[in-house]
Amino acid sequence: MSEPAGTGSTAVGALPAPRTSFVGHARHVIGENPVTGIAFALFLLIVACAVLGPFIAPYDPLASDTSATLKSPSAAHWFGTDQLGRDILSRVMVATRLDLAIAIFSVVLVFMLGGLSGIAAGFFGGWTDRVVSRIADTIMAFPLFVLAMGIVAALGNTVQNIVLATAIVNFPLYARVARAEANVRREAGFVQAARLSGNGEYRILLTQILPNIMPIMTVQMSLTMGYAILNAAGLSFIGLGVRPPTPEWGIMVAEGAAFIVSGEWWIAFFPGAALMIAVFCFNLLGDGLRDIVDPQRRT
Amino acid sequence: MSRKHLPSRRIPLKSAAHIKRRDFLKSATAMAAVGALATPAVWSPAKAQSRKETLLLVTEDGPNNLDIHGVGTNRSGYEATWNCYDRLISHAKKTLPDGTLSYDRDKFTPELAEEWNLGDMSVTFKLRKDAKFQDGTPVTAKDVQWSFERAISVGGFPTVQMKAGSLVKKEQFVAVDDHTFRVDFVGKDRLTMPDLAVIVPGVYNSGLIQKHATEKDPWGLEYTKSNTCGSGAYKVTSWKPGVETIYERNESWVGGPKPELKRIIWRTIPSAGNRRALMERGDADVSFDLPAKDFAELKQEGKVHVASTPIGNGIYYLGMNVKNPPFDNVKLRQAVAYAVPYQKIIDAAMFKLAEPMFGAPSNEPSSLVWPQRHGYNTDLAKAKALMAEAGFANGLETTISFDLGQGVVSEPIAILIQESLGQIGIKTTINKIPGANWRSEMAKKTMPMMVNFFSGWLDYPEYFFFWCYHGQNAIFNTMSYVDADMTAMIDGARAAAGSGDWPTYEKDVKGFIKKAFDEVPRIPLFQPYLNVALQKNVTGYTYWFHRQLDYRSLVKA
Amino acid sequence: MLRNIARRMATVIPTLVGVVIVTFLLTRVLPGDPAVYFAGPAATPQSIAEIRKSLGLDRPLPEQFLRYVSDLAHGNLGSSLSTGQPVVSEIASRLPASAELTLCGLVVAILIAVPLGVLAAVKQGSLIDHACRIVATAGVSLPVFFTGLLLVYAFYFLLGWSPAPLGRLDVFYSAPSNVTGFYLIDSLLVGDLEVFRAALAQLILPAATLAIFSLAPIARMTRASMLAVLGSDFVRTARASGLAPSTVIITYAFRNAMLPVITTLGMVFSFLLGANVLVEKVFAWPGIGSFAVEALIASDFAPVQGFVLTMAIMYVLLNLAIDILYGVIDPRVRMEG
Repeated sequence: MSEPAGTGSTAVGALPAPRTSFVGHARHVIGENPVTGIAFALFLLIVACAVLGPFIAPYDPLASDTSATLKSPSAAHWFGTDQLGRDILSRVMVATRLDLAIAIFSVVLVFMLGGLSGIAAGFFGGWTDRVVSRIADTIMAFPLFVLAMGIVAALGNTVQNIVLATAIVNFPLYARVARAEANVRREAGFVQAARLSGNGEYRILLTQILPNIMPIMTVQMSLTMGYAILNAAGLSFIGLGVRPPTPEWGIMVAEGAAFIVSGEWWIAFFPGAALMIAVFCFNLLGDGLRDIVDPQRRT
Repeated sequence: MSRKHLPSRRIPLKSAAHIKRRDFLKSATAMAAVGALATPAVWSPAKAQSRKETLLLVTEDGPNNLDIHGVGTNRSGYEATWNCYDRLISHAKKTLPDGTLSYDRDKFTPELAEEWNLGDMSVTFKLRKDAKFQDGTPVTAKDVQWSFERAISVGGFPTVQMKAGSLVKKEQFVAVDDHTFRVDFVGKDRLTMPDLAVIVPGVYNSGLIQKHATEKDPWGLEYTKSNTCGSGAYKVTSWKPGVETIYERNESWVGGPKPELKRIIWRTIPSAGNRRALMERGDADVSFDLPAKDFAELKQEGKVHVASTPIGNGIYYLGMNVKNPPFDNVKLRQAVAYAVPYQKIIDAAMFKLAEPMFGAPSNEPSSLVWPQRHGYNTDLAKAKALMAEAGFANGLETTISFDLGQGVVSEPIAILIQESLGQIGIKTTINKIPGANWRSEMAKKTMPMMVNFFSGWLDYPEYFFFWCYHGQNAIFNTMSYVDADMTAMIDGARAAAGSGDWPTYEKDVKGFIKKAFDEVPRIPLFQPYLNVALQKNVTGYTYWFHRQLDYRSLVKA
Repeated sequence: MLRNIARRMATVIPTLVGVVIVTFLLTRVLPGDPAVYFAGPAATPQSIAEIRKSLGLDRPLPEQFLRYVSDLAHGNLGSSLSTGQPVVSEIASRLPASAELTLCGLVVAILIAVPLGVLAAVKQGSLIDHACRIVATAGVSLPVFFTGLLLVYAFYFLLGWSPAPLGRLDVFYSAPSNVTGFYLIDSLLVGDLEVFRAALAQLILPAATLAIFSLAPIARMTRASMLAVLGSDFVRTARASGLAPSTVIITYAFRNAMLPVITTLGMVFSFLLGANVLVEKVFAWPGIGSFAVEALIASDFAPVQGFVLTMAIMYVLLNLAIDILYGVIDPRVRMEG
């Protein structure tokens, strides 16, 4: 589906073909599939929370209050308090920003690294293709989570390194998909036309190929956003996550998990629910985007 | 794509495979069903009996080496050595005010030595004549001599520990005859006798181990790593590192009264929540490295028995590097000492399972007991004033580090301190350092601030100060504190104790404690408790200075 | 066929070389000095230097690499510093534990996800379709360690239905004699049904955790593949011939739809082998995942290198096996090969 939407036939004398705008098409898909609609709405809610979180949180997420530790949800603390007396609702809200940032930066980075290498490999072939494919294969041969652990352990557990590790681990997937897409379009009509117009190869790559693979990549990117957050949570469980006392869903779940057995379920439950809703939302969003962009590939 | 002929082609192939698959599935399900029905209840009479004589111990880490003389042996390894090897002497027991049994620092009992004669510059031990190693060979003074030589030769922690009791040269160890052994002193040191009762100078089966020694490994460390070659009450019959260690009772042990438990199974369970669940449901008998919160709650619930004993000679502290700026400034350190939220830490991080070490009337020591309270308390106004005096009215930025392995306790402490310091203008980032790196960082001595714990096996103030404040700048002197006066007082106290000069001893001890409080290179936060959770039918738990479990006194009703 | 395999192996070699180099570099970049760690408490600079020398860490990096490669060529993966055992024997004893767990998890996942996918495909667009999608996605939206802990809490602690999370076997059973290392198989081989039952009971929760995590990709692939097949000509012919719907779906459509699913299974299996590490930590499972994690945290190079290399080789062999299997099932693929 590489033709930009909106091209109708223009036979002389015929009525212009109905133009389906992108928004119209999107609305149609969402209407047909309520789950996707819910996912979009949730996504907007998450973004809103990330932007407004620190301003509307009732308490300072870092302020400890040892007189009110481990309190179950109540009117004063809707989500209860943790082992240092910090309000969990505030921490969950403020953590949205960090988690969304981790998710977004991870996908942007992996898109730049993997997507660009992939289309170069698919478009130019030859040595570029060989090198990129070898790198992708090498990374894929590693047990991915252990590779992420290794990178964070080696470079230090900062947010930047967690983002970097996620990007590296997802590189092969993006490179492969981009390569396949670029390969298909290598000799397509519009590319030939661009060549004839005198565009250089790199210019074609960036202005013609790249926009055309965006739809497929967007689908993959929304799935990777969910993965990025889960990855950060797994690293936190081993002790390689973000540094305390930074609020982040994954580390809150990892720490709260120790309190489940003693009955303080809320410490892990609320960040866990937030995390689950976010990842869920990203996954369903990916499905919805795929329906909009390329219904043939629905799963 | 034409699939028109596929159905007919496929059927014969598939049905043949299909039949095999179907049959296999059927038989497997049948077997599983039979298995489920035919299995008797877990507690069959034979199993019930063996359960009674077996103890299941669950902790986060198991031994990485069964021999304390080995390279890099962890604390769990110390426990294995303690229970499987004997020493010349041991400590008698006493009962603490809350009813828990503890070792008695001042009273020794015979173990492999049935009596001894403490002279002026030597001590002579008479060994039991009936003591045998677990392979049947008799224990002789030659084995003791070889073992002691091994301890001072292998390097690392064991050698350092021997040195702490002035056991340094192999010439000090003399096998007078088969059953008489003498230790000559190099100087008068009151720590020598207690040092003979710690885990390091165990008695090893020299004949057996030497058979497995090589040129590269003259002391047979490879062999003793996975085989216990002692005369102790237990032997390790199965060791799967990181998974499980199984001990069986040595039926011919003569070092003390026969232990009740025939078998000990020690399982590694990494998740603290699961360990607690196992204790609460009665599926495990003992656990002793749960978080403080779990212990506090288990105590309250009353389903299991929790024994809590203050750790002798041990403090959790906030250390500051006095060699490098900014903490080379004593007024800044004192400011920090006034900013620490002591009570909050004990309440929130330790769930009150700790002895406070703050808030004494002044920094003058009230007794010769260590640890004891210092004169600082949480007073932010005083802290701010001292900051200004130190020249840091505008605040500063630094880091607080701690060992990830101790994170359950250290992290809340670091967070609370971070918050409090923020209020007097010191901005800190928290640095969680994983296990292996922690030792390296400690050795480098560049961390500006750290939360750490230290306790000395020999429960005497001069021993603690020898490791932590003495000019020898040992690795435990994490603050890099080197001061001539302090060193002189510590050395003086040791010498005075050795020669029995108690007035000088008192003067020096009080002197070095006061100096430590005034200059406060490390701020004592609290004295932690050693907590052990035991099922109600497990009795006989005894607190030892090494903070590991001694199986020999445990009884399961 | 054999030429095919040989060609595949040739492309695999550079990958393995890359893996070896990257692992080596990564472990050397890890902070933390094993020499200090193993010099023990109260180490002096002298003892640290001695240990560093005995570990061979004082040599320049390229020399260390060459020694490592030559060791590899002799099948020597080095020794673990924390357990002291040769890495090869550690991996050999722990790999069956992880493999057994992963395979059980995969089997459970298939048993749930495939019918779910088929159902969703058959009833496309309906409520059931959406419900299946939601269920599958939900499973993969929670961190895997959290799912595990929740299961332990619910089924062991609260309900007491499942046995204590003590590892592969309860303490009062001894492991069956080692033939494959898979307790389920070994215990059946000697006919010890009690041990079989005990091992199975210990497997249920961790396998369920892994299964929940891998439902989504399998269910999705099944659904997509079924949809594609259900819309194809021969199915239409079968329907037109008047065959019962169940026959059409199961006997004709399903088998053909399984091919892409098998490829996904391979990917899921290798993905699970990596995710194992968290599940093994939660359930105290003595597998290579937990072994590698502990070694990584202790800056213990040899086990990490050995683990990664083993996983890489397994991944490669697995993909090869799947390609061959694919070729056996679908002759067209073989032709193109």
